[in-house]
Amino acid sequence: MGTPEVAIELYVLLSAILFVLGAMGVLLRRNAILIFMSIELMLNAANLALAAFARQWGNGDGQLVVFFVMTVAAAEVAVGLALIVTIFRTRQSIDIDTLHMFKD
Amino acid sequence: MFEVPNLADYNIMATLPVMVLALSTCILLLVDLFIPTERKHLTALLAAIALGVTLVLAVLPLFDLVEYGDGPLAFEGTFVADEFSNMVNAAVLITALLGVMVAPNYLERSALQRGEYYSLLLLTTVGVMFMGAAGDLVVVFISLELLSIPLYILSGFRRGSAASEESAMKYFLLGAFSSSFLVYGIALIYGATGTTNLQAIWQTIDALAGQETSARYLLMAGGSMVLVGLGFKVAAVPFHMWTPDVYQGAPTSVVAYMSVAAKIGGFAGLLRVLVAGMPNFVLDGAEVAAWQDTVWILAALTMILGNIIAIVQSDLKRLLAYSSIAHAGYILIALAAGGRAGYGDDAARAALIYLMAYVFTNFGAFAVVIAVEGNDPTHTGLGRVRGLGKTHPMLALAMTVFMLSLVGIPLTAGFIGKWFVFQVAVAAGLTPLAIIGVITSLISAFYYLRVVWLMYFEEGEGEASMPRTLAWAIGISALGTLLFGVLPYLLSDMAREVSLAFGGG
Repeated sequence: MGTPEVAIELYVLLSAILFVLGAMGVLLRRNAILIFMSIELMLNAANLALAAFARQWGNGDGQLVVFFVMTVAAAEVAVGLALIVTIFRTRQSIDIDTLHMFKD
Repeated sequence: MFEVPNLADYNIMATLPVMVLALSTCILLLVDLFIPTERKHLTALLAAIALGVTLVLAVLPLFDLVEYGDGPLAFEGTFVADEFSNMVNAAVLITALLGVMVAPNYLERSALQRGEYYSLLLLTTVGVMFMGAAGDLVVVFISLELLSIPLYILSGFRRGSAASEESAMKYFLLGAFSSSFLVYGIALIYGATGTTNLQAIWQTIDALAGQETSARYLLMAGGSMVLVGLGFKVAAVPFHMWTPDVYQGAPTSVVAYMSVAAKIGGFAGLLRVLVAGMPNFVLDGAEVAAWQDTVWILAALTMILGNIIAIVQSDLKRLLAYSSIAHAGYILIALAAGGRAGYGDDAARAALIYLMAYVFTNFGAFAVVIAVEGNDPTHTGLGRVRGLGKTHPMLALAMTVFMLSLVGIPLTAGFIGKWFVFQVAVAAGLTPLAIIGVITSLISAFYYLRVVWLMYFEEGEGEASMPRTLAWAIGISALGTLLFGVLPYLLSDMAREVSLAFGGG
């Protein structure tokens, strides 16, 4: 079929952009769930890079890593959402600016 | 077509110790369901038995008494059961045993007797053991998560306490943030070399040597991102911000364990990836690996900042948190020394000896905090140790041993650790870094010895509660600290055959 070839560099560039967007989200957002979503975006940016490189090298190693990353991300979601729920029960807020009990 | 794999081909016997622990963790999780809340010390006992059996299994090959499987490589080179991993296993299993010993009474008086505590602690231990044996970047990632995720839960184990929840949240968000850096780093290293196997990465870098290719930029970016990801775990400056808050808010029995176990895991991963996988990544005819300068700066920053900020702390747990940051800096010296060709094995040995000494010293110090904390988790101010010398002379003596060992006074394990680290640093041409290490150790004497001063020379209530198992854990830690300090060859003998090199140096 006439699918146009996209250069590998573009995939990697896109993944880098997504990763930076995710990192910005983590640093700028104040809501725990949105921070968490930004972290997922960073992980998926890495997945995109892995899949692109796997295509370039023509071996399955990179795609294999993607599956592990997705599985672990799911485990992290389970723990992270549970933590967010318990925090919300105690404080009625998941704004991370309210987390400032400790001081030097 | 797809063939059904035959387990015998994968040298599965080489993974025996970690497999035994992983299986017994799963069984423990089930058995715990049938143990009533008021008898949770039974779960602790079962966990201790599992750890004890695994420790025996792990220590036997360390003294060349037995060898599991044929050769170190298992699962097609993704699992490396060599002397390095044996030593990591021994260190983390001892920590976990001590961690299980201090837990039952602490959990009882905090009304936290939930059996999953022990399963989570064992899972983290399995993660560290896998990290020590990682021969593939995938294994590095999986074991990092396996050691971190249970720790997030454990830090928030005191449900309903704002402090514990806050510490868990911070640990979780920053931990997940850092592991995304690790994954991206893995992606870039894979992009440069086309493989995730550390030995194959080493060979590819060797073949690329001296060539002007884009692969080196990918490697440089990838290596740095792996360093960021694991740097968070070991609490290296500037990735240390979470440490004091998490240590202060999490239950102390958890902190005692994780301050040591996470450090062992993080440094095992760093040594595997940088010293075993990428020591030959050299730029433009330089003599040392490209990542050495970065590690150099991290080590210097970590030692200086950790020790200086620790001086102004007024809370015992926070003080020990900054102290643990500072100690990450000393181990980073060893890592930096591993960047010079031919010094990788010596550096790995020095780091392991340091970690082994750190196990007893740091765990003991936190165990003393558990003793003085009483029933109130916020009672960890420095003032709590006032007058301890009169009311609890043995406890004060043990704390003095731990503090002296953290400073690095001769005849304690801490001195031996620092000795080996500084020695390999000077040998590998990093004398300035060793000098920074010595100076910051002198600075650290100020805040460590202040604790000793408070115990003996100031009046105070000096309250402490010491159930029998806690007393035993403190006793074993103090004994280990002194034993390795007086007989250092015990440690250096154990580490004698440690080698990370794929290409014979």
